[in-house]
Amino acid sequence: MSVVSLTVNGKEVAQETEDRTLLVYFLREQLGLTGTHIGCDTSQCGACVVHVDGRAVKSCTMFAVQAAGSEVTTIEGLAKDGKLHPVQEAFRENHGLQCGFCTPGMIMTAVDMIRRIPNLDRATIRAELEGNICRCTGYHNIVSAIEDAAKRAAGDAEGKAA
Amino acid sequence: MIPYPFTYHRATSLAQAQALLGGSADAKLLAGGQTLIAAMKMRLAQPSDLIDISAIKELSFIRAEKDAIVVGAGTKHFEVATSDAVTRAIPALAELAGSIGDPAVRHKGTLGGSLANNDPAADYPAAVLALGASVKTTKQTIAADDFFTGMFATALDDGEIVTGVSFPVPERAGYAKFPNPASRYAMVGVFVAKTKDGVRVAVTGAGPCVFRVPEMEAALAKSFTSEAIAGLAVDPSDLNSDIHGSSEYRAHLVTVMAGRAVAAASHG
Ligand SMILES: Cc1cc2nc3c(=O)[nH]c(=O)nc-3n(C[C@H](O)[C@H](O)[C@H](O)COP(=O)(O)OP(=O)(O)OC[C@H]3O[C@@H](n4cnc5c(N)ncnc54)[C@H](O)[C@@H]3O)c2cc1C
Ligand code: FES
Ligand code: FES
Repeated sequence: MSVVSLTVNGKEVAQETEDRTLLVYFLREQLGLTGTHIGCDTSQCGACVVHVDGRAVKSCTMFAVQAAGSEVTTIEGLAKDGKLHPVQEAFRENHGLQCGFCTPGMIMTAVDMIRRIPNLDRATIRAELEGNICRCTGYHNIVSAIEDAAKRAAGDAEGKAA
Repeated sequence: MIPYPFTYHRATSLAQAQALLGGSADAKLLAGGQTLIAAMKMRLAQPSDLIDISAIKELSFIRAEKDAIVVGAGTKHFEVATSDAVTRAIPALAELAGSIGDPAVRHKGTLGGSLANNDPAADYPAAVLALGASVKTTKQTIAADDFFTGMFATALDDGEIVTGVSFPVPERAGYAKFPNPASRYAMVGVFVAKTKDGVRVAVTGAGPCVFRVPEMEAALAKSFTSEAIAGLAVDPSDLNSDIHGSSEYRAHLVTVMAGRAVAAASHG
């Protein structure tokens, strides 16, 4: 057992947990943040993607103790003041979800890729979604949503620069 | 899935990691965890202690030297894939790193973890062997030709930690990978490198362990073109056969991927 102290969605938390507790179980079962999903539990599907120190990682393939001292952002941490994050908004407008199971991981992966890669085109978005599986196979609209969000993010950046 | 219990330790220096590793017979290093954690969840691995080396700063670097690119063992795949120094000197190496798994895997997985694991379908072993790189450890420097000794087997001793790899800068190099459509590991990956000492061709994914193809190396030394090797094939009897493809299919892919790697190298 260790006491794991970290920042989750901007709030400091410290909880005792077993060393073998995976980050995804720590988030879901100890912190009650059930927006992060478990699809495969074998690093394949990306339903569990969260950001650790600003990078998208699969929280089923990391122990909670490894995140001690880190900043973790989950899907619950994206909306601010009751307003959806622009990527969430783009998923809503482009019908980028069907059953919604893969959506938290898709959105966390999308936010990460938009931040890393300027001028995202559809082929790059598909390549970047390599580790995220949508069992409803709704890829077409997921790609459209990310493309839309990326364009808006680029527009915002230009607007701010001008 | 829940692994067997273990005790976690975070090392902040190589010396501390070595001391912790020596402190228990069943301790294991944890780098990116992208292979080890899966094995622990399946209860195929049962370490008593995990020594997390991912916070050790001296293991995480990319350095351009006169004739080589030196990469620390703790350097993550995405760092190699996006490094200007690597892209300038050995673009095929950056491309290879960018083809490993998916973005989340590349954000955690490390060069040292990949080499120590020596998965028969891993990408890095092909680059290390084809470029004639040397693997530096806490004990010695191991030439690529001596490092990969068999399926999931390396020349590393118990308690030996990979610290970095020195990749000689080639005149040209190319990597072509036929990924398994589900896992993205290489069904067959071929890395071809031309240096002033000759040509080296290394194949991953096809056999139980990465291997060189001397006939192709000789043909490419005479003429560095895809045509020069189009008629050459490896013996399927030594290759893997599984639900993803027969050994004959993999042998065919070796020639095709080698041709593409040469074509890619000729452009770069
Ligand atoms: C979904 C998925 C897809 C993947 N696709 C690919 C792919 O296409 N191609 C590919 O090549 N790989 C692929 N991988 C594997 C990935 O590259 C791993 O990151 C890598 O094989 C292991 O590196 P790691 O840092 O995660 O090591 P860990 O999992 O932490 O450790 C692996 C082993 O190496 C040992 N070790 C770690 N560091 C050192 C060191 N410095 N010295 C000595 N021993 C050490 C550990 O004790 C352990 O036994 C994939 C993985 C996943 C989950
Ligand atoms: S639950 Fe983590 S990748 Fe599927
Ligand atoms: S929307 Fe159902 S799994 Fe993607």
